[in-house]
Amino acid sequence: MSAEAQFETAVPSKKAKVFAFPAPSSNRRVDFSKLAAGAARSVIPPLVVVLLLLLIWQIACSTPGSSLPPPSVVWEQAGELIWNPFFDYGNGDIGLAWRVFASLQRVAVGFGLAALVGVAVGAFIGQSVWAMRGLDPIFQILRTVPPLAWLPLSLAAFRDSHPSAIFVIFITAVWPVIINTAVGVRNIPNDYRNVAAILRLNPIEFFFKVMVPAAAPYIFTGLRIGIGLSWLAIVAAEMLTGGVGIGFFIWDAWNSSRLPDIIVALVYIGVVGFMLDRLVAGFGAFITRGTAAN
Amino acid sequence: MAGYLKIDHVDKSFERNGVTSEVLKDISLEIEQGEVISIIGHSGCGKSTLLNLIAGLTEVTSGAIFLEDKTVSEPGPERAVVFQNHSLLPWLTVYENVNLAVSKVFGAKKSKPERHAWIMHNLDLVQMGHARDKRPAEISGGMKQRVGIARALAMEPKILLLDEPFGALDALTRAHLQDAVMEIHQRLNNTMIMITHDVDEAVLLSDRIVMMTNGPAARIGEVLEVPLGRPRRRLELAGDRTYLKCREAVLKFLYERHRFVEAA
Ligand SMILES: Nc1ncnc2c1ncn2[C@@H]1O[C@H](COP(=O)(O)OP(=O)(O)OP(=O)(O)O)[C@@H](O)[C@H]1O
Ligand SMILES: [Mg+2]
Repeated sequence: MSAEAQFETAVPSKKAKVFAFPAPSSNRRVDFSKLAAGAARSVIPPLVVVLLLLLIWQIACSTPGSSLPPPSVVWEQAGELIWNPFFDYGNGDIGLAWRVFASLQRVAVGFGLAALVGVAVGAFIGQSVWAMRGLDPIFQILRTVPPLAWLPLSLAAFRDSHPSAIFVIFITAVWPVIINTAVGVRNIPNDYRNVAAILRLNPIEFFFKVMVPAAAPYIFTGLRIGIGLSWLAIVAAEMLTGGVGIGFFIWDAWNSSRLPDIIVALVYIGVVGFMLDRLVAGFGAFITRGTAAN
Repeated sequence: MAGYLKIDHVDKSFERNGVTSEVLKDISLEIEQGEVISIIGHSGCGKSTLLNLIAGLTEVTSGAIFLEDKTVSEPGPERAVVFQNHSLLPWLTVYENVNLAVSKVFGAKKSKPERHAWIMHNLDLVQMGHARDKRPAEISGGMKQRVGIARALAMEPKILLLDEPFGALDALTRAHLQDAVMEIHQRLNNTMIMITHDVDEAVLLSDRIVMMTNGPAARIGEVLEVPLGRPRRRLELAGDRTYLKCREAVLKFLYERHRFVEAA
């Protein structure tokens, strides 16, 4: 008790003056006029550019012998695909949202596996100098193999198109996750390792409490590259394996010469790919908030 | 209890690309329970290396270190370190940083409410209870250092190892933390080994000052007793004869006999 009192006198109560360095304010009040101005800044320029491009496209493809349809024709012939993504007329004649959804399910499974395996293997490689030396060159070579090059092998191995497509996603997305995780784990500051050593964290505690959070920025970089590659691969893989995905839809449209449908599908793919990228990036930013700044 | 911590003819050399560099040579030192030891010496002489050896974070090349007659061979919470750069985990809040240590060390011994009380007790000890939910990036250097001290204290270490704990702080903050550390030592009577570059800090805080010669192959050049009573108050000591003599002895050692030769 007396010690307590002594301590109080030892450190004068003027501490606020001494220690209170300005902390970054976490003031998150929403200012709507600013928000609107920001939205205008980020929405209007691309909108103008899109309109301009549509105009140029319209003019360029309006000549009678044009091999590609102009936007007006696309709207006429594939309009329903645009404004009603959720129709279902039976017999596999379904809206693009359903097709995208089918593709996304495959990506979810393949990419999910790639994320799990990639982080685990990457952590192992990053921890062990010898695993790094032995495996890194192999991975560097394998990761440059184009997704579709895996497809024949995978069809031969699985004898079914559905798991084959998922395997192609997996094998495409896993390398950047492994490599980035390994780099992240290797770059964990020695200080954190020392803290873990003094606390005698066991390997599992170390993995979850130090390794994953410390390497999270790297891991999310890998995941972000991985999801982009997955989306690239799924469309290509579906073109060959069939099914209800968006990739097969393009192939099918090509075979029945429905160019407007293809154009609409391309826009869908682009928008969904963009949203996937943003989703992973946003998730990463949320998870790693505070980690980067130290 | 003679030789609570015993550093027995310890050599340490690092090998890199086939080149061996001797850093520490024939270090022997016995430290009693409850003693406060300062290690002082020029930059690069091997102070941190010595501290890491005691912490068990690096292995001795030859010789041995004993804590209560048991060989130190690996790091552990009974030898907690306050790192030079605080080493808080940036993704955890202040509270969670201390909690990581407390739940690891006392997870089995204390109930959850007890652990919470213990965490808050240690944060309050360094007057950081008010910032429990802040992340390290949101607090100042001095505050981080205090959290580092709280984390180390919360492990109830047998030996507290401090590597230039106040090195990066302004004079005023530094003085506050020095007082806090003295206060904590007064209360807990724990053993402390502290690296410092600051002669006043060494004399003010320690019972003995270990002065190291310049590397490579640094040795213990001299061990100076500081025969001052406790509690010590910096203002009263400013003109104290013993204090000034100790201070002079350290300065002489550092700047006359073992002038820092390398270009810094
Ligand atoms: N892991 C290592 N590998 C090789 N050499 C090392 C290693 N750690 C330290 N050294 C060398 O050991 C010597 C002492 O380093 P140490 O960090 O112990 O110095 P110090 O006395 O703490 O210096 P400072 O006061 O600047 O912190 C240095 O010359 C350094 O280059
Ligand atoms: Mg050092």
